[in-house]
Amino acid sequence: MMLVLFGASIILFVCLFIVPGDPIATSQGEGRQLDPSTRAALERRYNLDKPLPQQYVGYLGRLAQGDLGESYVYRRSVNTILKEKLGNTFRLALAAIILEIVLGIVAGIIAAVFRYSFLDVLVTLSTTFAIGVPTLVIGLALQNIFAINLGWLPLQGQSAGAKSIILPALTLAGVETALVSRLMRGTMSEVMRADFIRTAYAKGLSKRVVILKHALRNSVIPVLTFLGISFGGLLGGALITETVFNWNGIGLALVGAIQSQDNPIVLGVVTYGVAVFVLVNLVVDVAYAFLDPRIRLE
Amino acid sequence: MTEQTVPQAPAVGEVTLESGAGGFGGAESQAAAVGGITRQTQFGNIRRRFLRNKLALLGLVMITIVFLTAIFAPIIATHPPKAQDLTITLQSPSSEHWLGTDELGRDVFSRIVYGTRIAVSVGLASIFLALVIGVILGSISGYVGKVWDTLIMRIADVFFAFPLIIGAVVIILVVGRGVTPVILAIGLFSWATVARLLRSSILSIRESEYVEAARSLGASKWRIVTRHVLPNSMAPVLVYAMVSVATAIVAQASLSYLGVGVPPDVPDWGNMIAAGQKFFGFKDYLWFFPSMAVVFTVLGFVFVGDGMRDALDPRLR
Amino acid sequence: MTADTSEPVLSIEDLRVHFHTDAGVVKAVDGVSWSVAPGETLGIVGESGSGKSVSALAVMGLVPVPPARYESGRILFKGRDLIAADEKERRAIRGKEISMIFQDPLTALNPVFRVGHQIAEVIQAHDKKVGRVAARAKAVELLGEVGIPNPKQRAREYPHQFSGGMRQRAMIAMALALDPLVLLADEPTTALDVTVQAQIMDLLIRLQSQRGTAIVLITHDLGLVAGHADRVLVMYAGNVAELGTIDDVYYRPRHPYTLGLLNSLARMDQRRTDRLKPIVGQPPSLIRVPPGCPFHPRCPFATDICRKEMPPLEPKDGPDHLAACHHSDQVALQQSPAAS
Repeated sequence: MMLVLFGASIILFVCLFIVPGDPIATSQGEGRQLDPSTRAALERRYNLDKPLPQQYVGYLGRLAQGDLGESYVYRRSVNTILKEKLGNTFRLALAAIILEIVLGIVAGIIAAVFRYSFLDVLVTLSTTFAIGVPTLVIGLALQNIFAINLGWLPLQGQSAGAKSIILPALTLAGVETALVSRLMRGTMSEVMRADFIRTAYAKGLSKRVVILKHALRNSVIPVLTFLGISFGGLLGGALITETVFNWNGIGLALVGAIQSQDNPIVLGVVTYGVAVFVLVNLVVDVAYAFLDPRIRLE
Repeated sequence: MTEQTVPQAPAVGEVTLESGAGGFGGAESQAAAVGGITRQTQFGNIRRRFLRNKLALLGLVMITIVFLTAIFAPIIATHPPKAQDLTITLQSPSSEHWLGTDELGRDVFSRIVYGTRIAVSVGLASIFLALVIGVILGSISGYVGKVWDTLIMRIADVFFAFPLIIGAVVIILVVGRGVTPVILAIGLFSWATVARLLRSSILSIRESEYVEAARSLGASKWRIVTRHVLPNSMAPVLVYAMVSVATAIVAQASLSYLGVGVPPDVPDWGNMIAAGQKFFGFKDYLWFFPSMAVVFTVLGFVFVGDGMRDALDPRLR
Repeated sequence: MTADTSEPVLSIEDLRVHFHTDAGVVKAVDGVSWSVAPGETLGIVGESGSGKSVSALAVMGLVPVPPARYESGRILFKGRDLIAADEKERRAIRGKEISMIFQDPLTALNPVFRVGHQIAEVIQAHDKKVGRVAARAKAVELLGEVGIPNPKQRAREYPHQFSGGMRQRAMIAMALALDPLVLLADEPTTALDVTVQAQIMDLLIRLQSQRGTAIVLITHDLGLVAGHADRVLVMYAGNVAELGTIDDVYYRPRHPYTLGLLNSLARMDQRRTDRLKPIVGQPPSLIRVPPGCPFHPRCPFATDICRKEMPPLEPKDGPDHLAACHHSDQVALQQSPAAS
């Protein structure tokens, strides 16, 4: 796992610092002329006057202490900047995951149990469509319908309390809920054809018990791992959703940083994103062993 | 998991009294299996199932429309896509400009038509890249195994850890904006899944009985790989490829929306949506039509991908 | 192995179960009747696709009814027709009064629940008053009864930690937990090693003599039936070919199919250079069953009437030895290979 992180950070670092363009100039605003001494001072401050490998080592050293450096544009510690925005991203991610779990799993179970019925067709078709509509479009469409035309929900930002999280959460969860639903349906359908389900019926158990206990417990395992990984990705920042809804989270910070060539923030956000993803993956692996007794003994 | 139905050859002269395969639907499938239903070729079967699936056919039609539009763009478009005319900016759809004009007076319809070229070329090229890398590395990983396997899978893990958009953004930062960087970026972050899929396919087939049978009959390794292992392992990869094209197109449009894709004057759906967002609420057609274009194209590939998956293994429905 | 010749505890009369599929109507069970008395073991023998499993599943009510249809017949248990009974009644019977064990014990047990729990489940499902602790204790006791060492520890383990034979024992424990009147055993030993097979069969017979359970043993293995059953039913293409005691059927077969089966067995006293004698041809598709007697395309005794009329199942050699053949007298002239 550390290897992954290490590898990722090397790639990132190399990429960013090879980028053509002058971050110092951009961060101070286009068109402003910098006198040489100010420029030299800035370069020294950001270690840009040292050779690349040395910069990298310095970066790693600071990273080991949890210091992500300083933003060119804001002149503040990246850590501070990110910490402010992390809460927002986390709330959004949590809301989205809850939606995915509730809607996705329930829809999947219904579709599997009532296979080929009207309900199943409804779920299957709508999930197929949901996969095809990009998050971007979902966001815009929801904004248009609910914020502009109906005026029920706020257009952007977080100011309206609970109401403002609804549209972004739906948007973020959209595609993945559909995926969860399909996965659940598929796994459950397969499980329901298994021999042990027949045995369960042969024992005289009711349909409800067989489905909700025996079938579900087996089918939910791959779905939970998918959800876990998905959560890891969500925590890394939802670029599109945050941009569409102007949600002040890490993703929005990243997009802004890209446009202003504020490399430390870009580096910081992406490193954080990868780290979180790897961490969550680890947790999911452990949880998987907990859920599936066949793995436990290895 | 899909069971491998191994064909069982009855021993010469022996009455086969084996009971049929188990499974809940066992009795029914037993009955059908024993039946004298004439054998059809596997490929013919697959094709038949695919063609019977209405949604898949629809998808095929949709993809064809998009392809044809891309190829014949100059003929279909009504105006040059980059032609600006500041006297007719922000006009609603009319008979002259079927889908209206944007903030620089360019014809929306023509830009959407030309947008298919970017979408299609990026979609296909990036998946092609991902497939080439993924199939080669996945085959080595799955078939040769051991050290190579671990090495390749570790590298794949690194690429896996990157969410597609973020990784693509980074690549683009390095290489700059444009079509090629986007293709590179998407391809580089998709090959890992292809390799993994292929590898697990190969692993399960490699140990299956009919490969063992072929080996015992003296077939060379090469022959085994090309005649037996690869064709059967490619199925999930192909399905993924279809869906990946859809993902690639969405990714490309999203990247352009974020401002890191193709340059803004190039007619591209993502660009158009980003520009159109400024006029949200009163010139909705500016973002709506490009969005529909994306949805239409993507759905086409999704339907076909689903159809392929159902045709290859109907039990998974 | 003597049978109790009192009233049958379970009987099927003229059962027809047809599956309506896209490819046609599969006549899996087409006019089958059998019965089994308390403490008796009835063996049902047949090839795959002969319908033997489906008739057992039908008794349990586990045949999926949308594709399948009960076209006719009755399943009589304790004076009731099970086909006419509602789901609630059937559920009360399943696992408690009629139980079934299946072929592959690995896939037949739920991999994510402990073995003891799965056994306790059947106890608690049929009696709400039994608490968790009591049910678990009973489960441990049952595991001990079926010959699993260290039952208390084993009950807390998962199916994949058991060996094949142990798993089947656990399944038997689960099936006999509530002392059912009938046990349907669908290929219980097919997935097991030969030595384990013998152990399992011995276990079943022992439990049967202790509890008086009727056993319906479904298998393709003629030897297994000969060693462990009182009566045997030979099925072919969804119909009953022959029915009688072991002695009747094995020593005095009256159906060409039975004769063919007996002849095709490899025997220890055969010379190595002798060839095996298979029955020519293949079993028919259950969608396109030949008219008349379904066996006629492969039968050395077939004549015109065989191609036109389905032979009725009639007593041929005493009231309890039945066969469905127009020419059983000719078959009688052939000496059974078992008799030599």
